[in-house]
Amino acid sequence: MSRILTFAQAISEGMAQEMERDDRVFLMGEDVGRYGGIFGTDVGLYDKFGPDRVIDTPISESAFIGAGTGAAMEGLRPIVELMFVDFFGVAMDQIFNQMAKNTYMSGGRNSVPMVLRTAIGGGYGDAAQHSQILYSLFAHVPGIKVVVPSTPYDAKGLMISAIRDDNPVMFFEHKLLAGLDWLPFGVKGEVPEESYTVPIGKAEIKRTGKDLTIVTASLMVHRALAAAEKLSSEGIEAEIIDLRSLVPLDKETILTSVAKTHRLLIVDEDYLSYGMSGEIAAVVAEEGLYDLEAPVKRLAVPDVPIPFSHPMEDFVLPNEKKIAAAAKDLLKA
Amino acid sequence: MAKLTQEKLLKMYSQMVLIRQFEARIEGIYGKGAIPGEMHLSIGQEAIAVGVCTNLRADDAATSTHRAHNHLIAKGVDLKKMAAELFGRETGLCKGKGGHMHLFDPSIKFGCGGIVGAGMPLAVGSGLAFKRKGLDSVSVVFFGEGAANQGTFHESLNLAALWKLPVIFVCEDNHYGISVTKEMSTAVKSNADRALSYGIPGISADGNDVVEVYNVAEAAVARARKGEGPSLIELQTYRLKGHFEGDPEVYKPKAEQEEALQHEPIVRLEKILLAEYGVSQEELTEIKEARQVEIEEAIKFAESSPWPKPEEALEDVFVAGGAF
Ligand SMILES: Cc1ncc(C[n+]2csc(CCOP(=O)(O)OP(=O)(O)O)c2C)c(N)n1
Repeated sequence: MSRILTFAQAISEGMAQEMERDDRVFLMGEDVGRYGGIFGTDVGLYDKFGPDRVIDTPISESAFIGAGTGAAMEGLRPIVELMFVDFFGVAMDQIFNQMAKNTYMSGGRNSVPMVLRTAIGGGYGDAAQHSQILYSLFAHVPGIKVVVPSTPYDAKGLMISAIRDDNPVMFFEHKLLAGLDWLPFGVKGEVPEESYTVPIGKAEIKRTGKDLTIVTASLMVHRALAAAEKLSSEGIEAEIIDLRSLVPLDKETILTSVAKTHRLLIVDEDYLSYGMSGEIAAVVAEEGLYDLEAPVKRLAVPDVPIPFSHPMEDFVLPNEKKIAAAAKDLLKA
Repeated sequence: MAKLTQEKLLKMYSQMVLIRQFEARIEGIYGKGAIPGEMHLSIGQEAIAVGVCTNLRADDAATSTHRAHNHLIAKGVDLKKMAAELFGRETGLCKGKGGHMHLFDPSIKFGCGGIVGAGMPLAVGSGLAFKRKGLDSVSVVFFGEGAANQGTFHESLNLAALWKLPVIFVCEDNHYGISVTKEMSTAVKSNADRALSYGIPGISADGNDVVEVYNVAEAAVARARKGEGPSLIELQTYRLKGHFEGDPEVYKPKAEQEEALQHEPIVRLEKILLAEYGVSQEELTEIKEARQVEIEEAIKFAESSPWPKPEEALEDVFVAGGAF
């Protein structure tokens, strides 16, 4: 049986089902308890599992993210919530040098079965320190699996996979997908009541098309789908790939699509340089160059922090219109 | 302790009223959607900002948090430029790039930001610069009791103490870090006690009593100016609003809120002014009205200011200049 849930509800349900199934699983982070998570992703968990398993932490990210790693190495399965990805800097060492590397440095003798969840994204005027995406930073560091769902169905299934994974998984939740009153947009969708998994490392083709491939993730999947409808009315058929995971990266789905469409547009809400868009372009350059009939095109934030005022914020963030325009440019090339 | 003059007290009252009325106005505007992003109000915490900043000069630095309107106004900002920044306009303090949580005004040495605990190392840095330059300027950092559990708090206290820097750490204990109470987050009863670990004075005082705030800040500022090093001041207050506008506040007991309203700083100061200084109700009303006029001018200026051009987003990542 499935019903319609918001993205936030799907995440909460995924965590709840795993907490019921496995008593090693617990949640800790800022305002995850009585508040239910600032983005509504933890609603109901505190009432169901109590303060012992749904733990409100002090504002001490370095300590509680590190504690997640330590507890995971002792065999528990912590879910740790970093309220906004922008705050990762406070705990950078614990994430990059401890959580990510304790498996490798121990020659595989330690494992860190932990999920580090975090909210990402802009588009609602929250400015430079509360609007970033940054998933590429974490994907860059070996030892962290990186998951970026775009729908309630994937959010629940990937959450369950992430909790069951024996490795550290970072789980990126776009705020505009959450479905909260005080934030724009929000997605709802069919989610089965029962437990299920969505595999980490498998992209999904959201729309088939013959004229170009658009590779993207998270909120931008929805923006790209909207752009594709517009393009379709003008006779252009875009194939849209939702990466869903950045690490491991599903190269095969990307390369197969590019071999069919011969044109590639990458849409990324992260900064342009040294990030996801560059990585996908490099993969296609290395392994699919001869399939291309035009240079790869990238649409991303033009290497500036996210500005507060909306004319400027709109200018830097990719959107439906810019995606459609970039697609048309690519077809002219 | 010498009794404060009526003039000084009225000046502080006027500043507190300005902050309260400005924020009340912003609250209404935000509610209608004219200001994007989050909105953290300092309503109920005006005495701390004013009591501390009345001891400061323009060449003293102040660093604040996501809840910074009170500190910025108390430090002496041009209200028009501040309002324009909140509205995201070209004429704002930061040309619309910073917004409510990221208000910078180098002309009065003020900065703030949205990362909890981030201000403390920066304040240590300005203290270090003042000392190296041989100035007697001081650096004040405002932060919540929630921020006192960040590593930066402990590292900064140690560094400032070790290097005897002119830094005043002002912990604004409003009891909540979003939904998490101090009891849920903090292993000690008073953050002032943490000063002991770093061998510096730790003072706890009533943050809703502007006279008391003024007096403890005066002593800490004097100590810093004389080169005797940092102080940690914990000031008890209460967050009368939600963490941010739109916070459902399900975690906050109604009785606690009502009790807190009895002790809010402006009403308390009014009582003192009326009873002990012989100020009339009419004088207080006049002050309120005069400040409201200023506020309306600032809002009008903000609303009628131009938006930044979209392409301006690409500017200011770096400044020009440097060694070539
Ligand atoms: C490093 C970091 N962690 C978490 C947050 C989210 N956050 C913003 S304000 C806040 C509570 C801060 O509490 P406190 O320091 O007591 O200040 P108050 O809000 O009460 O003024 C939290 C958790 C943040 N902005 N930065």
